[in-house]
Amino acid sequence: MDQFLINLIFVGASFALYIGIAIWARAGSTSDFYAASRGVNPIVNGAATAADWMSAASFISMAGLIAFVGYGNSTFLMGWTGGYVLLAMLLAPYLRKFGRFTVPDFIGDRYYSQTARTLAIISLLVASITYVIGQMTGAGVAFSRFLEVDNTTGLLIAAAVVFAYSVLGGMKGITYTQLAQYVVLIIAYTIPAIFISLQLTGNPLPQLGLFATHTGSGQPLLTTLNEVLVELGFNDYTGNHGSTFNMVLFTLSLMIGTAGLPHVIIRFFTVPKVSDARKSAGWALVFIALLYTVAPAVGAMARLNIITTIFPNGVQEQPLAYADKPDWMINWENTGLLAFEDKNGDGFIQYYNDANAPAFAEGLGWAGNEMVTFNRDILVLANPEIAQLPGWVIGLIAAGGLAAALSTAAGLLLAISSAISHDLIKSMLNPSISEKGELMAARISMAFAIALATYLGLNPPGFAAQTVALAFGLAASSLFPAIMMGIFSKKMNSAGAVAGMIVGLGSTVLYIFTYLGWFFIPGTNMLANTPDNWIFGISPLSFGAVGAALNFTAAFIVNKMTGDAPAEIQEMVEGIRVPKGAGGAVAH
Amino acid sequence: MSDKSRGAYWSANLRIISISLVIWALVSFGFAIILRPLLSGIPVGGTDLGFWFAQQGSILTFIVLIFYYTSYMNKLDKEFDVEE
Repeated sequence: MDQFLINLIFVGASFALYIGIAIWARAGSTSDFYAASRGVNPIVNGAATAADWMSAASFISMAGLIAFVGYGNSTFLMGWTGGYVLLAMLLAPYLRKFGRFTVPDFIGDRYYSQTARTLAIISLLVASITYVIGQMTGAGVAFSRFLEVDNTTGLLIAAAVVFAYSVLGGMKGITYTQLAQYVVLIIAYTIPAIFISLQLTGNPLPQLGLFATHTGSGQPLLTTLNEVLVELGFNDYTGNHGSTFNMVLFTLSLMIGTAGLPHVIIRFFTVPKVSDARKSAGWALVFIALLYTVAPAVGAMARLNIITTIFPNGVQEQPLAYADKPDWMINWENTGLLAFEDKNGDGFIQYYNDANAPAFAEGLGWAGNEMVTFNRDILVLANPEIAQLPGWVIGLIAAGGLAAALSTAAGLLLAISSAISHDLIKSMLNPSISEKGELMAARISMAFAIALATYLGLNPPGFAAQTVALAFGLAASSLFPAIMMGIFSKKMNSAGAVAGMIVGLGSTVLYIFTYLGWFFIPGTNMLANTPDNWIFGISPLSFGAVGAALNFTAAFIVNKMTGDAPAEIQEMVEGIRVPKGAGGAVAH
Repeated sequence: MSDKSRGAYWSANLRIISISLVIWALVSFGFAIILRPLLSGIPVGGTDLGFWFAQQGSILTFIVLIFYYTSYMNKLDKEFDVEE
């Protein structure tokens, strides 16, 4: 059967499933729409959280990031999972006990301050909107490669599907589609990985295959990979080639940022009990770990596979001829994400690090690296083709990549629309709005958010990739400290929290813009983004943790100067700390 | 519930959180990054234990930590009669 038809069947069937769920799980009340009436089983919520969390970046980009850097990019693995420990112990159970619908809801009420609420709404909107752009563009890439439609048509189809289940079903519809999307994406991710691990090591578990013996060379896979990389002039895979200090700080920033991202936090409002919120965080991490422990194996094995495809007889022997390029190379060259250039005109592909060219290169007549473009994002999508797996596996990857992008997009859109309809309209502008009116407002803001996300996906600002640093930076430096202090320091008052958020937010935005340009406009940066210019050698991407520390410090100093929070607020915090009496959804 | 038992419940919670977070930091920032040179003598399939912690072990430890915390807190909730 034609590959295009197989892809169409897989993607079409998964979309039909999502629409079916949307019709079944319509929302009838604001509690349905914002928190699925707090009736979601904690294990189901764990799977939904995993799909919500694992974005196009986790599914499509992460293995590629690890493949081309090796050990140094383990930061993503630890950072994006370690945050769940913080969520389970420091935030989720208490926020569930508090029993509201949104993050600004908690910050506004806990600090009895509309200023604090407004700062939380701004952080949430900036973090979520920047994040959603990446999801829509990720969906666009998957569509254009696998369904051979142009980017615009692909994005419009994706937007229509998300519209159907999120506007109709709100959190309830999103939860059950995310469950289905989790199943699709985890199968799509692990099946090719199992095949590849079997091919290379004979071990069906990629987590073990990564450390197993490579059947081709008879020594450990990682030893073989290190050897060929070093022979070709690249850094070895398992060594540390960056700054240890930035590695620690970047990991910590990702952890704190993960715990502070609103679209993840709101998932914990949907479970029935406080103890379910703790348990649900554990299950979420189990489901996430199923992909995250496989990703480093996919990265290492794909890197080795690419090299052995190009050098089938060893790196100093005759490489692959241009005339014999496998189909996957030709397919991806058409997208522009992969490009070759026969620099020495010998008709063979030489792939090596020409900045640190091996001694034998010149003798063999190599005149520079000829795989001039290899976009890291294509690694996972091309992986089944690189390993010569059957066509249905490729169709599965197409459906999985779309599931990852759409599930995260839906979670973000809900966080955005509830911030508008609940925090902005109901809590600030029009407190007397009826429940029916609020539900309508929630649906309209959801439709508006989808339109905005689609527009930004079609016209992605040039800075899309860098904005992810901003999303994590904002979540880490403003939302996480404010929520944590709201629970663990009952004396923290509104002036302290507002000062902390302003300092955390301000310093992080300033530090990022100083090196990456004002609003990411190229050329407007005050200092070149090089390690010599960084203050204390801190990379702008790692600044979130510093911003969080500044937030805590400023908040405690201002709190000391302005007196403790009122007695009734301290009593409320005492109440949040014990699970008893959480009950169902509380509207206010 | 009295202020005294409320205080005892909260300090027991803070204690288990602190212990968990020490382990959380030890496996990730410690074993996987800062202390990796110390573990470089322990080979794991072509590399060393620090690399294994960076790409597998820390994630598995995080899962164990959350489930241990959950079961510990469920017991604590019952003991102090604050469960739902």
